[in-house]
Amino acid sequence: MSAARVGVVTFPGTLDDQDAARAVRLAGAEAVPLWHADHDLKGVDAVFLPGGFSYGDYLRCGAISRFSPLMTELIPAAQAGLPVLGTCNGFQILCEAHLLPGALTRNEGLHYICRDQRIRVESTRTAWTADFTDGQEIVLPIKHGEGRYVADADTLAALEGEGRVVFRYAGGNPNGSLNDIAGITNEAGNIVGLMPHPEHAVEELTGAPSVDGRHFFTSILKRLVNA
Amino acid sequence: MSTDSVRRALETPAERQPYAELGMKDDEYQRVRDILGRRPTSSELAIYSVMWSEHCSYKSSKVHLRQFGTKAPKSEALLVGMGENAGVVDIGDGWAATFKIESHNHPSYVEPHQGAATGVGGIVRDIMSMGARPVAVMDSLRFGGADQPDTRRVLPGVVEGISHYGNCLGLPNIGGEVAFDPCYIGNPLVNALCVGLLRKDQIKLATAPGPGNKVVLFGARTGADGIGGASVLASATFEDESQAKRPAVQVGDPFMEKLLIECCLELYQADVVVGIQDLGAAGVSCATTELAAKGTGGMEVNLNLVPLRDPTLLPEEILMSESQERMMAVVTPDDIPAFMAICDKWDVPATVIGEVTDTGRLVMTWDGDVIVDIPPGTAADEGPVYERPFHEPAGQAALNADGPERLPRPEDLRETLLTLLGSPNVGSKEWVTSQYDRYVRGNTVLAQPADSGMLRISEVMPGAQETTRGIALATDGNGRYAKLDPYTGAQLALAEAYRNVAVTGAKPLAVTNCLNFGSPEDPEVMWQFSEAVRGLADACRTLGVPVTGGNVSFYNQTGSTAINPTPVVGVLGVIDDVAQRVRSGFTAPGLRVLLLGETREEFGGSEWAHVAHGHLGGLPPQADLEAERSLAAVLTEAAARGLLEGSHDLSDGGLAVALAESCLAQGVGCAVTLPGEDAFVELFSESAARALVCVRPEAFDAFADLCVRHDVPCSGLGLTGGSALTVEGVLDVPVEELREVHSSALPRVFG
Repeated sequence: MSAARVGVVTFPGTLDDQDAARAVRLAGAEAVPLWHADHDLKGVDAVFLPGGFSYGDYLRCGAISRFSPLMTELIPAAQAGLPVLGTCNGFQILCEAHLLPGALTRNEGLHYICRDQRIRVESTRTAWTADFTDGQEIVLPIKHGEGRYVADADTLAALEGEGRVVFRYAGGNPNGSLNDIAGITNEAGNIVGLMPHPEHAVEELTGAPSVDGRHFFTSILKRLVNA
Repeated sequence: MSTDSVRRALETPAERQPYAELGMKDDEYQRVRDILGRRPTSSELAIYSVMWSEHCSYKSSKVHLRQFGTKAPKSEALLVGMGENAGVVDIGDGWAATFKIESHNHPSYVEPHQGAATGVGGIVRDIMSMGARPVAVMDSLRFGGADQPDTRRVLPGVVEGISHYGNCLGLPNIGGEVAFDPCYIGNPLVNALCVGLLRKDQIKLATAPGPGNKVVLFGARTGADGIGGASVLASATFEDESQAKRPAVQVGDPFMEKLLIECCLELYQADVVVGIQDLGAAGVSCATTELAAKGTGGMEVNLNLVPLRDPTLLPEEILMSESQERMMAVVTPDDIPAFMAICDKWDVPATVIGEVTDTGRLVMTWDGDVIVDIPPGTAADEGPVYERPFHEPAGQAALNADGPERLPRPEDLRETLLTLLGSPNVGSKEWVTSQYDRYVRGNTVLAQPADSGMLRISEVMPGAQETTRGIALATDGNGRYAKLDPYTGAQLALAEAYRNVAVTGAKPLAVTNCLNFGSPEDPEVMWQFSEAVRGLADACRTLGVPVTGGNVSFYNQTGSTAINPTPVVGVLGVIDDVAQRVRSGFTAPGLRVLLLGETREEFGGSEWAHVAHGHLGGLPPQADLEAERSLAAVLTEAAARGLLEGSHDLSDGGLAVALAESCLAQGVGCAVTLPGEDAFVELFSESAARALVCVRPEAFDAFADLCVRHDVPCSGLGLTGGSALTVEGVLDVPVEELREVHSSALPRVFG
């Protein structure tokens, strides 16, 4: 059986693509580089939109990326069920592309913040979180200046009511996100966006003092193998 | 006014030129006239004035800096030494590391955010121009007193600038320093370090060989920023008109720099670069003269081809502009299409602006007129060299005589510890470091607050060998020690950085330095400088670590008041198996706590004298370099043999602070008994060549043997465990209370 193929997207200004590809490989899948300027998803089984400052975050984080050639391919594919994970800038891009509702704005404290953050897993019913247990507390790094999740009251009510809040900050909200939201999913559960960085928490030696990020990748691999 | 061409210069030999306004002395101007056999054109004057500025020419420091070469220890690791954009060191398995630290002090005072940001950008391009992928940055920062109002302007801006630029570049910030002293209130020090990795057979140099080869300017367009920055900002002492200097600070675009990094790496991989140079201080002037001087000696450039952000720029301004995110490459005509295609892929503008020649002349044209025609070596390498007079400062003997012995000793050592731990210099720097991304690229093994930053080597480079090795880096400096004795102070800075690398298990290999001083025209400052360089060069020889490069920053003074002399030293080390790295502090309960090294009564320049009494006098601690060397040998061998569970160096605040920080690292307490009689001296003296380690009880004998073999004193202090720092019969503080005090030091001031 050939390994599952997970695409890792690089925009100009993407920074965590090397880490994302490594995390995918460590989980036993093939990491397939996807280039922003190509109209080509290379037939991958899932896509990882890593963090960074795509297009310099000019205008608004993720605002330019959503119009890139690759995104014009990715948006319909994701709507049709392709599993997509967006972390940090990837989450911002998913929101700008309207694949996920709401927006990410400047941190409440106005500072960029990098720290190891406790996070509670609120939903294991997504393509990327099945290997966690509901209510599990994990530690992942956060590192962002614009991670404050906001949405209108109806959207928030819908997210909460439909169990689409996937992660919540625990032990202190670092950025002022509404309802302590750290990550959400779409109605189908194939698209997940979060501000924390699972790809920086997959090895004992490097990154955060946890390997909790591994479960994202084992989750998606099991799903792809069983699909 | 029409363009000041060479022809016009010949026709108007007596025309008065503003060389003094450009920072040139009468005799320097006369020398230019002698070299050219005529008056320089205004463009030539622009080139010579920036290239012969203190900042670019090292004219006051050169005669002293030579010691780094003449006294250099034999080192098989050194691949490229001083004089290139950055030094390169062999780290084994076919890999090389290149690293350098550089100041951006003056711009960071004028415009903290952009000044600090472009400091990061500049040093990263130095590393790129060696053919390396930049893999991490560090910053050594010094500000005025934490409670002084202007520090609240400068520090947040500097940190935000570094944070914004470094984070957008995708380079982990893995360490450095933050220190406070009122002497830096008008002259903050912002020293940025970058380290890069490359295959050792693929080093690139700044050279332009091969007549007919093309000269390509690529990266950002050229604008009016930083015009005269090199000479106006870095070579003139601040008075109070710094507002008027604002336009001279460069503005950075980290997104363009990130594209430049990826673009350059792809250019190197495609092997389409003959020579390369970054554009930093003095911009096009510096890049063209240096490339030409190191190549066949000739180059022709059409300045009209330089892509401009501001089309009204004059040729003189183009030559002096310090617009950021620009590089210059020499490319064979055959490789130009491939070169341009790669730049196009990364949306990096690239323009052929000239050609290498064999004429021995750098010739530039503007609107068809020849406006520059000079032998490039005269600007790049043959600048003025000064033997500045120097003598010991008038008050030095009195300062040294005013020792800390007269200071009243504290009764309550618990209170003393907490006061030190909550002081800005010792307190947690998380307020600063949490604004830096330390994880990006996924290779960070250790970062702040560890003693040194450490990276594993897992870069993807075609043809490169896989390796288990890692690199470690630390920077240190102590202006108070150097004020008391610049010779010893510089040695102590090196010793501490060297020790910090060794406590994490790495073997120190090479040195970079950033020498921050007042005005070289003041003989007392020049004495401090010459002593510091002499001390550092001697110490490098004893420790067997060569200086690979660095930077001198003079004129850090306001009026006649100079900063404390502040040599900042960066040390790079290698660990053979990065998985054997030693983590900071007490990592588990039930471990034996050992103090290595000898404690003497040494309080001159100490943190205690500073915090408790605002006192600076006497002599700094001894710099016992043989002891440092033995200590490092024990630490690196013990790490390689897996004998160490945790470690921490002793420095500011002595054993007491080291114990407290070791408890804070993982929240593990300890119970220890002091070996000596005088608890105050044992706890707060700042004797160098000491470290704290913890070992499993069963590893103790092997470790003790190692210490005996290297003649390193080893005292068993007690055991880790519990939730308090307990020094039997002296003090007892819950770790939570330590944390509260330690972590609130900066938030209390900066919010």
